[in-house]
Amino acid sequence: MRFDVAGHGVYAYTGARAFSPELPSVLFVHGAANDHGVFALQSRYFAWHGVNAVAVDLPGHGRSGGDPLASVEALADWLRDVVDALGAQALSLVGHSLGSLAALECAARYPERVRKLALLGPSVPMPVSEDLLAAAACNDHVAYELINGWSFAAGSQLGGNQVPGVWMTGNALRLMERSREGVLSNDLVACNRYAHGLDAAACVRCPTLVIMGARDLMAPPRNAKALIAALADVRTVTLPDTGHTLMAERPDAVLDALRGFLAPSRAT
Amino acid sequence: MTTKPKTHGFDTLSLHAGSRPDPATGARATPIYQTSSFVFPDTDHAAALFNMERAGHVYSRLSNPTCAVLEERIAALDGGIGAIATASGQAALHLAIVTLLSAGSHIVASRALYGGSHNLLDYTLPRFGIETTFVDPRDLDAWRAAIRPNTRLLFGETLGNPGLEVLDVPRVATFAHEHGLPLLVDSTFTTPWLMRPFEHGADLVYHSATKFLSGHGTVIGGLLVDSGQFDWSADGVRDKFPTLNTPYAGFHDMVFAEESTTGAFLLRARREGVRDFGACMAPMTAFHILQGIETLPVRMARHVDNARAIVSFLREHPFVAAIGYPELPDHPDHALAKRLLPRGCGAVFSFNLRGTREQGRRFIEALRLFSHLANVGDAKSLVIHPASTTHFRMSAGDLLRAGITEGTIRLSIGLEDPSDLIEDLSRALYAAGKA
Repeated sequence: MRFDVAGHGVYAYTGARAFSPELPSVLFVHGAANDHGVFALQSRYFAWHGVNAVAVDLPGHGRSGGDPLASVEALADWLRDVVDALGAQALSLVGHSLGSLAALECAARYPERVRKLALLGPSVPMPVSEDLLAAAACNDHVAYELINGWSFAAGSQLGGNQVPGVWMTGNALRLMERSREGVLSNDLVACNRYAHGLDAAACVRCPTLVIMGARDLMAPPRNAKALIAALADVRTVTLPDTGHTLMAERPDAVLDALRGFLAPSRAT
Repeated sequence: MTTKPKTHGFDTLSLHAGSRPDPATGARATPIYQTSSFVFPDTDHAAALFNMERAGHVYSRLSNPTCAVLEERIAALDGGIGAIATASGQAALHLAIVTLLSAGSHIVASRALYGGSHNLLDYTLPRFGIETTFVDPRDLDAWRAAIRPNTRLLFGETLGNPGLEVLDVPRVATFAHEHGLPLLVDSTFTTPWLMRPFEHGADLVYHSATKFLSGHGTVIGGLLVDSGQFDWSADGVRDKFPTLNTPYAGFHDMVFAEESTTGAFLLRARREGVRDFGACMAPMTAFHILQGIETLPVRMARHVDNARAIVSFLREHPFVAAIGYPELPDHPDHALAKRLLPRGCGAVFSFNLRGTREQGRRFIEALRLFSHLANVGDAKSLVIHPASTTHFRMSAGDLLRAGITEGTIRLSIGLEDPSDLIEDLSRALYAAGKA
């Protein structure tokens, strides 16, 4: 589906289902230099199980217009605008990596709009290495290679994808290469600068699920400990032998964790 | 200076990409999942698998765990995002075409093609409303000039069969992209060990895995690989490819390019092409090809070394008129080959005998180690007379344009001791000279 937010076109994948205001809604928020496709399986499942699944492309990403937003706070406000544009009373937010920070901040700022919150591969704070920031700043392809090298667990680097015939690391690399110049740098700087995630976590009122990859080098589970401690109503799932690219490496495990947490009603 | 994370090299990927020790048994070799179907844990899981909400296997025509390992492996070696294993190389070519083109579409193709590919494009596809203009692969202006408003694909072989014309992949890809079109490349003769066409701008690659990939002349199979680089939804491109950019009634109005930014082509190819045309690979075949790929780097190096030795021998033989091998300085594509094929120009080449057709027949029949058959890329050395076999349906004019004469002999150099191969060739050439 397409709609406008702040004068710019927004694309959201809905599993080819029409948005129905009477259904519960789940908003999926991707990470740096990614797009809605990273949630293809999970969002499609919910779309066909009685839920408005809305996997957005963030501004300046994928099929959405506008420039990429420079801060997590700006992304949180943009998510609020998306919720309003959809006409949803309240919805659940599912965010990955940078998207998890945006979802966290949105839930803290606008608690009346967020029913449940799922954070995939979060880290608070989310420091980004100087090497990676420098490479991204000059649009050096090495930045993509660094992320790819750190994002997949060692086993996943050699494949064995649950999705038949798809070479995970190659696909992830190509998706990042599709992003416009400067997008990755913008996103990484936003992650790196987000300083008050723990304050935001303390303001979150809704139930929260944190899903982590035990082998995540980009956002190691130890970096989520303070976040988890700051959240009032939280449950956690740690996926073994999984890196930062959880939805690709363990699509079913991520889906099952989300199903149990979001508890959608069966479509009729 | 940024230090890149260590990534696995080609030889390692040849052995490991796509596979893990079998979680059920610990088997180190990839098991042959010889089953038509896969049990669903419950009805919801079944429905989710059918509707692409969950990942997994349903029915071996659509996907199979053994084939999936092979698909990942070739994608890793080619530098792509994924692949589909097919019943043959021809099935892979067909799958690529029917995923993108419909009646009224047009292809621009090199005229230096394997005879079977030429048959499909020149004789069969027109019956379904898809036409092809064939061009001299070396005539770069001809590629550009042949593109029409309804052109949807450019297609060539990395090394033409049998003349070893080297496709200028970077230039032809540029022409294609200037017109919002993808370039499909048949990489059978080179395999990713000799050339990775995606690094030169190609968008789709297919292999007859029957040849060097499996490497032992035991199976028939094909592999279609997607680079994930072509933007099917870009301005000026989107309307050319409605199969990827408009709702598909055959899969709940899925818009494949929205479902996956990078993988739209493979999604449609599997969810429609393999599902409906059904030219899937058998898991036993995938196992054999996987076994072959495990030794691809060492075999290809030996294939190329042996080919060089044979070329050197033939080049000095008085009964040999010409040899079409791009490593030779007098080959028209010598400079291009040095740039695109630094590891070598493969192990299949043709040469022309001085003499009559009868002498050619005598040469082939006098060979003892070389097997006279219609295949290439076997561990064993092979020989054939293209004009009367692989390319026999082509007209005299088309044969000439494809660089094939009545005296053309095609060799596929295997892994035998090169001295034994030279002795065999020497004896057969002597016999031919006496005929």
